[in-house]
Amino acid sequence: MSTGTAEVAPTSKTWRRIRVGEWLVLYALSISVALLIAGTLVEATGGDWLPVLSALLDGSVRRPGRWGETLGVAGPLLLVALGTVVSAKAGLVNIGQEGQLLFGAAVATYFSFLIGGPGPLNVVLILLFGAIGGAAWAGIAAGLRYWRGVPEVLSTLLLVTVSIQTVAYGMRWEWLLLAPQSSRGNRNQVSKQLASNNRLPRPEIFGNEFPLTVYIGVVLALLLAFGLGRTVWGLRLRLLGHNPRVAKRCGVSEKVFGAGALMISGGFAGLAGGAMLAGGGFSFGNYQFMTGFSDNIGWTGLLVALVVRERVFLAVPVAFVFACLRTGSSFVGSTGVEGRITDVIQGLLVLALLIPPAVMVLRNIRRARAAATVRV
Amino acid sequence: MSSFPEAVYDIFTSNSTYINAALFGGLLAFAATGEWVAERAGTLNISVEAMLLAGAFTSAVGYDLTDSVVVALVAGILGGMLVAAIQAEMSHRLSADQFVVGLTLNILIFGLTGFLDREIDPATKTAARWTVPILNKVPLIGKALFGQPWPFYLLYVLIPLSWWLVYRTRWGLELRAAGENPQSADVSGIDVNRRRRQAVYYAGLTSGLGGAFLVFVQVGRFDDSIVGGRGFIAIAAVIFGGWTLRGTILGCVVFAAALSFRLSIQGLGYQVNNELLQALPFLVTILGMALFAHRVRPPAALARPFVRGLR
Repeated sequence: MSTGTAEVAPTSKTWRRIRVGEWLVLYALSISVALLIAGTLVEATGGDWLPVLSALLDGSVRRPGRWGETLGVAGPLLLVALGTVVSAKAGLVNIGQEGQLLFGAAVATYFSFLIGGPGPLNVVLILLFGAIGGAAWAGIAAGLRYWRGVPEVLSTLLLVTVSIQTVAYGMRWEWLLLAPQSSRGNRNQVSKQLASNNRLPRPEIFGNEFPLTVYIGVVLALLLAFGLGRTVWGLRLRLLGHNPRVAKRCGVSEKVFGAGALMISGGFAGLAGGAMLAGGGFSFGNYQFMTGFSDNIGWTGLLVALVVRERVFLAVPVAFVFACLRTGSSFVGSTGVEGRITDVIQGLLVLALLIPPAVMVLRNIRRARAAATVRV
Repeated sequence: MSSFPEAVYDIFTSNSTYINAALFGGLLAFAATGEWVAERAGTLNISVEAMLLAGAFTSAVGYDLTDSVVVALVAGILGGMLVAAIQAEMSHRLSADQFVVGLTLNILIFGLTGFLDREIDPATKTAARWTVPILNKVPLIGKALFGQPWPFYLLYVLIPLSWWLVYRTRWGLELRAAGENPQSADVSGIDVNRRRRQAVYYAGLTSGLGGAFLVFVQVGRFDDSIVGGRGFIAIAAVIFGGWTLRGTILGCVVFAAALSFRLSIQGLGYQVNNELLQALPFLVTILGMALFAHRVRPPAALARPFVRGLR
């Protein structure tokens, strides 16, 4: 997944300043073009862009309590994105986070009613089972990749549908996921609710309450940055991602590290699923599992990962921005514009953010070539 | 409740099974033919899903505006080509990662068509049915292959044309060289990235047609869930077929049979676990790849970006 970059050493301070300026101009330009297109779309379909923007801000940060809601969404997005960074480092393209998240959440739900320890231990176990479920689901794709030669780009994606149907099957039986008749009333496809001592705490800060997921995400981001940048494991993973042949010569087993990276990636998605279950909130089904539980968090988390590529810390702010778009979209409907405009904005933003690095790679190559000719 | 062999017999002798299989197979073949060309040039083009969806939407809008299926097909091609333009220019002119671009396009086009569909809501219908005399009377497959709405017959032109382009023209040779060994191709004067862009545009053309096919032959109306992952099954068909056109079409037939089986078994009133049926085409696709993916050799530079001077 990595593209080679030809770096030119900046010869002086002015050089470096010019390049920073270039980056800024490129980013500003491409982002404003993306927003312009989105605005034009809204205007062209008879809407008005200013109220839409205002509704987006209201829904994501301005109204009381919305901060917490947005952070509650940002947590799982961050977790999914972090996992994707791991597989991307190993040169793998995991695009089945939606299915891994859903399966992880289902496994977490199943085990949450079997375990009976003290509350805090239960919460940890629920998260752990979520991660194991997600990792197992990604493990299928890993197995297909390394033992049967099926590209993981396809298998992870095709497994999303299989995951949805597997979970739907589980929702039909009370001994698997379905809640007993007495507690689900006339609602069909829900599980039992988590007992109150099995839930992630939701501390309240300035009238905004949100589950601990965000903190877990930030801590894991720190750990991951250390693991990828400062440990032998991280080095081997990067080696595998940059050049599998060299990695093989250095004794890095493609099977072990590649399959491991894919499973870790799925594990993060499953952890996000477990955290959505235990963290509750308006957006995620009130401590109950249900059909459609994953609610596109996997896809949006993947978009976050596509933006940040391999930079772990960048995932934190980007996850927040994408969470804003999501929580804001529920307010857009009141302006008479279809709320799905936020999906369009997300897609356009990601495309726009892809352009500057791609342009800079080309420029660097051109410069390197020019410098080489001058030297000769 | 009848026995399993009886059920299988019923399905294999029912005309609707073959008609449905031809419809699913037609869609897959439109998408997979273009995808095959793109992959031979070295692009694992996962935006084929977006191309189908964009083609379906623009063709629906084209029909809504002009009431002409021909215009709608052209509009579908334009829609597919538009997505192809973004994919090709970003991954083979700029050097953005082709998977990242493709994925983003899939999500963007899904949002975009969903948004525009609610705002515009184009009205469509199925195209006129043309039956080929005599051939139409062949038992079982006659109606399926020769009694379809007319855009279906474009396939009979498109598939041989694609084969001829890739295997019998200079352009095709250069394109395959760009997919097998871009460094050598570059040295012998072929503009590798240009050939790759052209191949992606070709995929956009056929997938755009495929999208129009979906609206005007198979479904009759536009909906943003209309493609539903079948673009990815088309990619799987190319892999299943070992990057030959013959194999790709065979893959389309096999996966289409799985899709059609799902409809037929319910249509004939058999009770089968619904979740299993829904997942069946995807399971068959995964299984098919698991059995055949390691026996075939992909184009050597598949999914590797080409930048002169970098390996």
